[in-house]
Amino acid sequence: MDTALLVETVIKIVVILLVFSALAGFGTYFERKVLAFMQRRLGPMNVGPYGLLQIAADGIKLFTKEDIIPAGVVPLIFKIAPVITAATAFMAAAAIPFLPSFTIFGYEVHPIVADINIGILYVMGMMAVGLYGPLLGGLASNNKYSLISTARAVAVFISYEVVSGLAILAPLMMVGSLSLLDINDYQAGGITHWIAFSQPVAFILFWIAAFAETGRTPFHLIANDHELIDGFGTEYSGMRWGLFFIGEYANMFFISFVMAIMFLGGYGDGSVAGAFALLGKVAFFFFFFLWTRAAWPDVRPDQLMWLTWKVLMPLAVINVVITGFVLMF
Amino acid sequence: MSLEQYKDRNVGEQNYYMVDIEDYPTTGWGKFTRVVKRTFSGELFVGLWVVLREMIKFDIHTVSYPQEKLPIGPRYRAVHKLLRLWESGYERCIGCGLCEKICISDCIRMDTKIDENSRKEVTEYTINFGRCIFCGYCAEVCPELAIVHGGRYENASEQRAHFVLKDDMLTPMDLLTQQQEYPGFGAVIPGTDKSVKKTPLAY
Repeated sequence: MDTALLVETVIKIVVILLVFSALAGFGTYFERKVLAFMQRRLGPMNVGPYGLLQIAADGIKLFTKEDIIPAGVVPLIFKIAPVITAATAFMAAAAIPFLPSFTIFGYEVHPIVADINIGILYVMGMMAVGLYGPLLGGLASNNKYSLISTARAVAVFISYEVVSGLAILAPLMMVGSLSLLDINDYQAGGITHWIAFSQPVAFILFWIAAFAETGRTPFHLIANDHELIDGFGTEYSGMRWGLFFIGEYANMFFISFVMAIMFLGGYGDGSVAGAFALLGKVAFFFFFFLWTRAAWPDVRPDQLMWLTWKVLMPLAVINVVITGFVLMF
Repeated sequence: MSLEQYKDRNVGEQNYYMVDIEDYPTTGWGKFTRVVKRTFSGELFVGLWVVLREMIKFDIHTVSYPQEKLPIGPRYRAVHKLLRLWESGYERCIGCGLCEKICISDCIRMDTKIDENSRKEVTEYTINFGRCIFCGYCAEVCPELAIVHGGRYENASEQRAHFVLKDDMLTPMDLLTQQQEYPGFGAVIPGTDKSVKKTPLAY
């Protein structure tokens, strides 16, 4: 491996890490503002202009708060668990192309850390490994609410990994490649080539599964405030809790990128307009996460299991079979 | 006039309607059709539209409190005030001690003396707000409308002794022109006409 590639990769990693850590902070700000506007409130207003510096205030608070390790927890696992959530969320970003390649100072930059040929498989796998954060954190916390939250987390993740995996199987059969770059290029012909139109069922199913992957509101069972306090995060404080938070919001952004690239054409032909279109699509998906939180109620765990195993999984399988027949004949 | 309309004990507008609730399905096919109907009825999108509409209308109901304050009713019982006579500016309090006597939480203390004009003069007047329950009896019993309740409800302070001394409660002489009469417990709250309903007790 030559030095230039190494330096370039490290720079890309640092940029992605910084940008998405900051975006996670801004994500909380947008979430509070959007939810407030939808509920006829103003949201944060006092720290800085329109409350913009609220992010800095929250960050300072999280960083300087005492790191409490309660009595009775398993210290090593308790300390590692939040790191797993944040780290896997960012590791999943390695195979996502965030922008089309562009030239800067005569040097062509590919805004993807590692263009591996199993891209989407790696992304989905890494997001699934993120389950170990809630799992280990909840088990090590010595708290019954954390334990219930862990049980729910495992049940939800197993259910939705099945649905999301089967849902993207049909588009992948059409594309014939697991690389997100190839998937994007397959739809480069414009809006009529988008996989969302040729595979609408897969699109909807994956979208539903994305809500469970990130633990957002219709399936916000893992850390359901009114039932489980903060679920697996109950015993956490300070920056360890903040790492869970950053992981959750980074996951929201990354799954939005995956959905935009998989189903809505990504950055298209790679022009500047295409790049902005990709960012617009991601912004829409992110906004939709916040929008549903204001509008929809949570479902019960048993309803979620019912929906997954009895409705969504059969639909996904039927979708795969029909796609196979259409491709064959 | 018949008593018919008074026998109806529902005081509000008579526009209730019964909610139409279907029976729970018992057969598998019934459950299936209910799921399909609910799935494709688009109720989730109605919810999405409602919150988006509120966001677009931007009809914010927040009162940013320290900068803005909601008006409070004239009968609100907050920290007491001692009023002055309009003409002379002299204190209205005649030192009769009725407020001290009636106070059920025993928090009013006053010292009086006979001054050189043979009038009773109040030298000290304190209310212990750590005990006061703001019942309003002192204001109600006062024969001179001297002690009344004000609208000052922000009671956070560094010391328990704040607000309680006579100098804190008495209207300053230079602000005598801005002194407002307390409308008292019989005062009508603005907008009462709209909220008053027919009394259902005319038997």
